[in-house]
Amino acid sequence: MTAILTNLFDGVAYGMLLFVLACGLAVTLGLMNFVNLAHGAFAMAGGYVCAVLVNRVGWPFFAALPLAFVASAVIGALLERTLYQHLYARSHLDQVLFSIGLVFMTVATVDYIMGSSRIFIKLPEILQGQFDIFGVGIGRYRLMIIVICGLLTVGLQLVLSKTRFGSRLRAAVDDPRAASGLGINVPQVFAFTFAFGCGLAGLGGALSAEILGLDPYFPLKFMIYFLIVVTVGGSSSITGPFLASLLLGVADVAGKYYVPKLGPFVIYTIMIVILIWRPNGLFGRTATR
Amino acid sequence: MTTNAQTEVGFHARQHGRWHWSEFAFWIVVLAVGLAFPSRYLIMTEILRLALFALSLDLILGYAGIVSLGHAAFFGVGAYCAGLLSVHGLINEPVLALIVAGLAATVLGFATSFLVIRGADLTRLMVTLGIALLMEALAERFSNITGGTDGLQGIDIQPIFGVFAFDMFGKTGFFYALAVLFVLFLLARMIVHSPFGLSLRAIKNNPLRAAAIGIPVNKRLIAIYTVAAFYAGIAGALFTQTTALASLDVFSFERSADLVLMLVIGGSGYLYGGLIGAAVFRMLQELFQWITPQYWMFWIGLVLVVIVLVGRHRIHAYALWLPNLVLRQIAGRKAAVALTDNEAP
Repeated sequence: MTAILTNLFDGVAYGMLLFVLACGLAVTLGLMNFVNLAHGAFAMAGGYVCAVLVNRVGWPFFAALPLAFVASAVIGALLERTLYQHLYARSHLDQVLFSIGLVFMTVATVDYIMGSSRIFIKLPEILQGQFDIFGVGIGRYRLMIIVICGLLTVGLQLVLSKTRFGSRLRAAVDDPRAASGLGINVPQVFAFTFAFGCGLAGLGGALSAEILGLDPYFPLKFMIYFLIVVTVGGSSSITGPFLASLLLGVADVAGKYYVPKLGPFVIYTIMIVILIWRPNGLFGRTATR
Repeated sequence: MTTNAQTEVGFHARQHGRWHWSEFAFWIVVLAVGLAFPSRYLIMTEILRLALFALSLDLILGYAGIVSLGHAAFFGVGAYCAGLLSVHGLINEPVLALIVAGLAATVLGFATSFLVIRGADLTRLMVTLGIALLMEALAERFSNITGGTDGLQGIDIQPIFGVFAFDMFGKTGFFYALAVLFVLFLLARMIVHSPFGLSLRAIKNNPLRAAAIGIPVNKRLIAIYTVAAFYAGIAGALFTQTTALASLDVFSFERSADLVLMLVIGGSGYLYGGLIGAAVFRMLQELFQWITPQYWMFWIGLVLVVIVLVGRHRIHAYALWLPNLVLRQIAGRKAAVALTDNEAP
């Protein structure tokens, strides 16, 4: 029984992490309809920035996390302004090719600068080890992930639904033409959202170094996970991707624990079945644009 | 009126289907290159394999507009099938094993085609990608059969028809691959110039309109996807037979991604794109590996990004500028080659 609860806890932490990693993609892919396979590259960038700051410069972990966010957001904003924005109107094939190219370049560059082996971030004492609550083992680090990601999710939901920017974004996504007719600067909104999504991915990358492992092939290895979150979760709100990430996290952890031999088989099968059953995702809207 | 239109369409289709002199020239050049560089058989065989693989993707991407990121699934099935047939000595005749491996991939292609035709571009991308990953996971799971990451051990390919043994210089392998490629190319050429092929183009341009004029869209897509799977399976089997290798990386994502790049370099929708693209891609790869052995991936990525940013059509126009200039001088204005393909969605 306690094993089940511990697994559930780990799965939720994993899922939360996936959500933070992928929710930027939910906007670019789900809302702006841009197939960005390079999303993981931004996450990796954040992870490496954090690792360098903590391990080499000696910053405290919690101070490096925001910087991982900022670094990825800045990279994202730069790339959006220089490259991505020209491709919004292009075909999916072009977008796929472009972003795969970007992934290949990032992988090789990071490999060149940082080496190809897995990188660990030195964690502060307080995050190491685990404690028991009613016999259920709770990892401190995972608990922190759940807290941070939970707060972020609530914050995102509030920003999207309550603030002026949130309504602008929703308007720009629903109908870019009408939105720009109403005086909303659609490209600016998109650029800001893109950068913010990249920033979140960077933060996720920094947090995930401990759990998912950080090496130059990170963007390729986890690309499919991010895509699953978005396509299965749909794009009508951020609740869809959130639930999808939790589902994916719990299913993956449980799958690896109970049927370790099947490996990632479970996840892919679930994904294909869901996509066949509901091509627009579990919680998607009826038609994609 | 209808008969008129029909004869008209038939006339143009036949006109299109006739062999152009440049096509003869292309194959003569291929054969000549093969004979001229006997020390380069291994890399040339690799190009031929890639060309067949790219031809397979061209059938679905260039003619039916299906973007696939998981074509390696069929390649891998073909490769493992040929390997297993050889290891267990089930079918020793390479040509027969090749066909059986192709058919195994066909079965998978047919089974998965129903998943692929559902949904729009994005879902297709995901499903094809998912299928390839699934196959890779399966191959890893059953590593007692597939040999896992170490690959299949003990593949020993018997002589073709019991006469032509595979030699260490790859001469037999090269001509074997060339023959297979040529035969399958002829078949593909027949397919795309048949009424069936024309209906595929109609579907690619506008599925809704195609359905409205009575083309059974889904059936046609299933058919061409299955055929493409057969081609990819053969390419995979050729890989195993000419290298005596089959390991997990036959299913890898990079293989599928490289494939799309080849087709993009060569241009899709006129069959030769895959062949030219494969040759250019392999040369580029060789060049990059020579510059920076460990980081050639960077340059491949750069090529992709540049191609997309400059625009595929413009790249092809630039590439054809010099040949066309020469052709015009020699053979007059009309001889100029132009790619009129309206590329994938």
